Amino acid sequence: MNRFDYVRAGSVAEAVAAAAEPGAAYLAAGTNLLDLMKGGITRPTRLVDVTHLPGLDRIEALPGGGHRVGALVRNSDLAYDAEFARAYPAVAEALLSGASAQLRNAATLAGNLMQRTRCPYFYDPASACNKRDPGAGCDARGGETRLHAVLGWSERCIATHPSDLCVPLVALDAVVEIAGKAGTREVALEAFHRLPGDAPERETVLEPGEMIVSLRLPQDAAAFAGHSRYLKIRDRTSYAFAVVSASAALRLEGGRIGAARLALGGVALKPWRARAAEAVLAGAEPGEASFRAAADAALAEARPSGDNAFKIELARRLIVRTLTLAAAGTPERMLALPASAFADGSALHA
Amino acid sequence: MSFSLTLTVNGETRAIDLDDPRVTILDLLRERLHLTGSKKGCDRGQCGACTVLVNGRRVNSCLALAVSLDGADVLTIEGLARGDALHPVQAAFIDHDGFQCGFCTPGQIMSAVGLIREGQAGDDPERVREGMSGNLCRCGAYIGITQAVLEAQARLASEQGEAA
Repeated sequence: MNRFDYVRAGSVAEAVAAAAEPGAAYLAAGTNLLDLMKGGITRPTRLVDVTHLPGLDRIEALPGGGHRVGALVRNSDLAYDAEFARAYPAVAEALLSGASAQLRNAATLAGNLMQRTRCPYFYDPASACNKRDPGAGCDARGGETRLHAVLGWSERCIATHPSDLCVPLVALDAVVEIAGKAGTREVALEAFHRLPGDAPERETVLEPGEMIVSLRLPQDAAAFAGHSRYLKIRDRTSYAFAVVSASAALRLEGGRIGAARLALGGVALKPWRARAAEAVLAGAEPGEASFRAAADAALAEARPSGDNAFKIELARRLIVRTLTLAAAGTPERMLALPASAFADGSALHA
Repeated sequence: MSFSLTLTVNGETRAIDLDDPRVTILDLLRERLHLTGSKKGCDRGQCGACTVLVNGRRVNSCLALAVSLDGADVLTIEGLARGDALHPVQAAFIDHDGFQCGFCTPGQIMSAVGLIREGQAGDDPERVREGMSGNLCRCGAYIGITQAVLEAQARLASEQGEAA
């Protein structure tokens, strides 16, 4: 690990000023950052420790509906907050399907948004990577692409964003609240992560020094609570990143779908909102026909980035399964294996 | 530059001076406080052998900078027994052969103590397995580990019931 200056910020303003310097990075739990630093993948010259900042670890219900979650709220605290999990069950399910219990106890909300791809070529200093070393090339092309993109990728980069949590959050129109030198601003989570294009090294819309202070779930997000799921296909039962994941949230009105939300994980360099699929579902009768049509719409633009065409069919089937389980109803109790595609959540009502 | 911090380790408050901010809590415990029970397996948060409780919650000590944990309360495997009396989780691991080579065991036991405190697993072996998935055991003692966690949890619950 490289040497760095350690700065403990006493306020958000102090943190933003200290982190504006080139080479600076924010330190929260460090569960991803320290891993990257140990591997020599990132070499910040200054760490601005924000873990001691007051007030950023709260989950607040907002007066007009919706919730605000502080940047430093730990994954496990958010998942086990009874009121939050009741309002946004797919978010809790995604949280509990990610990483291990130890990591969830440490990892923070903002850190989850800021985590880097798990592309093994990004993690291997001996491989060419445009994200790590702009212009160097991409050894993932023609390599092992099981965890790589089928949507929104470019010739420069075919990596994916690894977050589970961000998938239902983007489906529910979450908004990121950001502090910077010039004050605060808001960005829809859907617009927060950038697709790779010609500059895969630029991963978010954050400007130097800007800091995530909280995330807001809007007033209408809880209206989907009765029919919300997150499902994740992974290569082992627990503690693995998604090969493909999906979050579906439905509002059912008189036997029809009043409103639908759908997002995918493990398929692109950002949590992927499937708006075309939502349009197909709106007003339709819930069932296999409309769910298949939605899946086709979601993946109309998908194309393999290597030897990973299977992910397109896998995503299609997972979307149908996730919509089916969401329509059956949110389980009353969190499943023993959260986000398992192989457990029938509806059976828990029996 | 030197960094002064205060940590409570296994109930004892310690003033610590660090000459380097890169020291993880795991390296601090092992190399500077000579508490070598917490193991360095992968050093990347993948194996769980370094699991300790920080402020009552299980975490990977290899992925936390000591300097950032100023003021924290740390419990390691060395602080679990009361004199010669083993903690119920330790005793249950012995009773159920919850290990073979023993390298991952301190992390498994601390993780199990954390899991039981979290109170989310109940008596469901599937929930115990899921809750312990951050701890790898290359000897494959998982069946014994799951039985040990379930028994220790039941024993701790009944002890609490008697004390109440």
